[in-house]
Amino acid sequence: MVAQTPTLPRPGGTPAATRRRPSGAGRQAVRLLILVAILAVVLYPLFWMVGTSFKSQEEIVSNIGLLPREFTPGNFADGWTNFDVNFGRFFLNSAVVSLLTVVGNGVSCLLAAYAFARLRFRLRGLWFAVMIGTLLLPGHVLIVPQYILFQKTGMVGAAWPYLPLVLPQFLATEAFFVFLMVQFMRGIPRELDEAAKIDGATSYGIFRHVILPLSRPALVTTAIFSFIWTWNDFFRQLVYLSDLEDYTVPVALTLFIDSTSQSAVGPMFAMSLLSLLPVFLFFIAFQRMLVEGINTSGLKG
Amino acid sequence: MALTTAPNPTPPARETVRASAKSRRPGRTRHGEGLAGYVFLSPWLLGLMAVTAIPMLLSLYLSFTNYDILTDLSDVEWVGLANYERMFTADPSYWHAVQVTLSFGLIAVPLKLAAALGVALLLNRAWRGVGLFRGLFYLPSLLGGSVALAIVWVSMFNRDGAFNSFLSLFGIQGKPWVNDPEWSLETLMVLAIWQFGAPMVIFLAGLKQVPTELYEAAAVDGAGKLRQFVNITLPMLSPVIFFNLVLETINGFQGFTSAFVLSNGTGGPVDSTLMYTLNLYITGFTELEMGYASAMAWVFLVAIALITVVFFSTGRFWVHYSDGDGN
Repeated sequence: MVAQTPTLPRPGGTPAATRRRPSGAGRQAVRLLILVAILAVVLYPLFWMVGTSFKSQEEIVSNIGLLPREFTPGNFADGWTNFDVNFGRFFLNSAVVSLLTVVGNGVSCLLAAYAFARLRFRLRGLWFAVMIGTLLLPGHVLIVPQYILFQKTGMVGAAWPYLPLVLPQFLATEAFFVFLMVQFMRGIPRELDEAAKIDGATSYGIFRHVILPLSRPALVTTAIFSFIWTWNDFFRQLVYLSDLEDYTVPVALTLFIDSTSQSAVGPMFAMSLLSLLPVFLFFIAFQRMLVEGINTSGLKG
Repeated sequence: MALTTAPNPTPPARETVRASAKSRRPGRTRHGEGLAGYVFLSPWLLGLMAVTAIPMLLSLYLSFTNYDILTDLSDVEWVGLANYERMFTADPSYWHAVQVTLSFGLIAVPLKLAAALGVALLLNRAWRGVGLFRGLFYLPSLLGGSVALAIVWVSMFNRDGAFNSFLSLFGIQGKPWVNDPEWSLETLMVLAIWQFGAPMVIFLAGLKQVPTELYEAAAVDGAGKLRQFVNITLPMLSPVIFFNLVLETINGFQGFTSAFVLSNGTGGPVDSTLMYTLNLYITGFTELEMGYASAMAWVFLVAIALITVVFFSTGRFWVHYSDGDGN
């Protein structure tokens, strides 16, 4: 852990700026050192996960170092086929649920947000307050009655069992994204609407030609967070999915815990690592946007 | 006036314009917009009814019954307040779950926010590389809620895990922390604290809003770093601290995934990780006591609402909103 620190300080480079003020440079160096140390601790579990997924069973117990002495990629093959249904299926299931959620959230939240941000209609204030109220509503509270309703309408355990997971997303139930988009749309100059209105555009026309194109950043943020959160979501998928071949990745991963035999640790780590890969790729591609997305949505309240 | 630049002058729209010329516009537009408002809002309204409001009412009703999923909804037996009575007087594991959840929230959340604020203060200088640091500190928040990471975490604090290997470097004999009822919840707290990146990012944005003149003025008046922190940074940051505190507390009390993974869905060892939501899940979906689980859900909802109210009413005394804040 400590041995790792010297490799990291690359990005901090401030010497040119601080050479003139030696005391400032010293303080900056201390600051950087502390940050690097904290970062090493924070990132250690991730490095350890990567290392362990390439270790043989014998090494997982005996080798306390990060890197495997003997590179064992076989964990991935073993993990992939560890259960009667292979992980390809689980990944496909997760992808279907996540992508449909992205589409559902994008469309339905955008429509609702446009109504809240731009249109005048009766009871708008009341509905908006209700929407804000649902923002703080703990999702776990409703799981029992929701399950009962979905079960009574035959959607639980149906031939295509993902309707209870996906349908609510097409009904703008993620108030967080509605709110995020409302905040974003409020930032779009009203003059554009007025101009379009004078030019004869209807509410739909304004939505289609003014608001929709300009809301692309908010849509992208919504899409990325929808995907990552659904990909990582466990509670609802655990509740609604009961057949092995319908399992998503998180639910399938818990099967590893059931198998008490120690032999599955390497494969378990390999599959865990693989399951985080899409999120990690999103992180690399959209790092700035993710961090800033949290900012704007969090603060402009 | 701008009719010539019309990008898409559709026929009905022209009518609207003509109507406006006859000064009938306000009423007409309003009416049309009102209808459009509800058209655009209809998916949300449907969702509000079907996914939120009706389930809430159903859940309230079921909390007074002994419903389990196996019987027909029409055959449920009304049991009055029996579920609530049982919860408050005759169910020790319920109170144990409350205790576990409270200690998790009251310990993990403040420590997480402290870590977030501490690192944010260290990062709050414009220099090259700060973006990379910010991103890397944020990464655990993105991954940490997943089953995969909970699995890694549990292994890390297991007998042969990385944490004990680390301790052994100092000659300390570790133990299987996750199997020890005294320590299992603590490992989950550390996992929660590890995800301090999200509140940190929000703190960083808040710190950027603090005018540097305040620090300069304080420095001129001879205030040291600590006094500047207490008298400038903390008050100026209080709206952001408040926001993070409300959000993280509500999230913290709902912790489920890591407790499920550590205990394989049982809340063990010896109920030490029996978080409220996990207890609710076991009651409703393992023991199929959905009436009782609904009562638990409603008490949880009321408790969360009360906590929020307490936050907002006490916030008045310590949250400082400066004029230019805009919030």
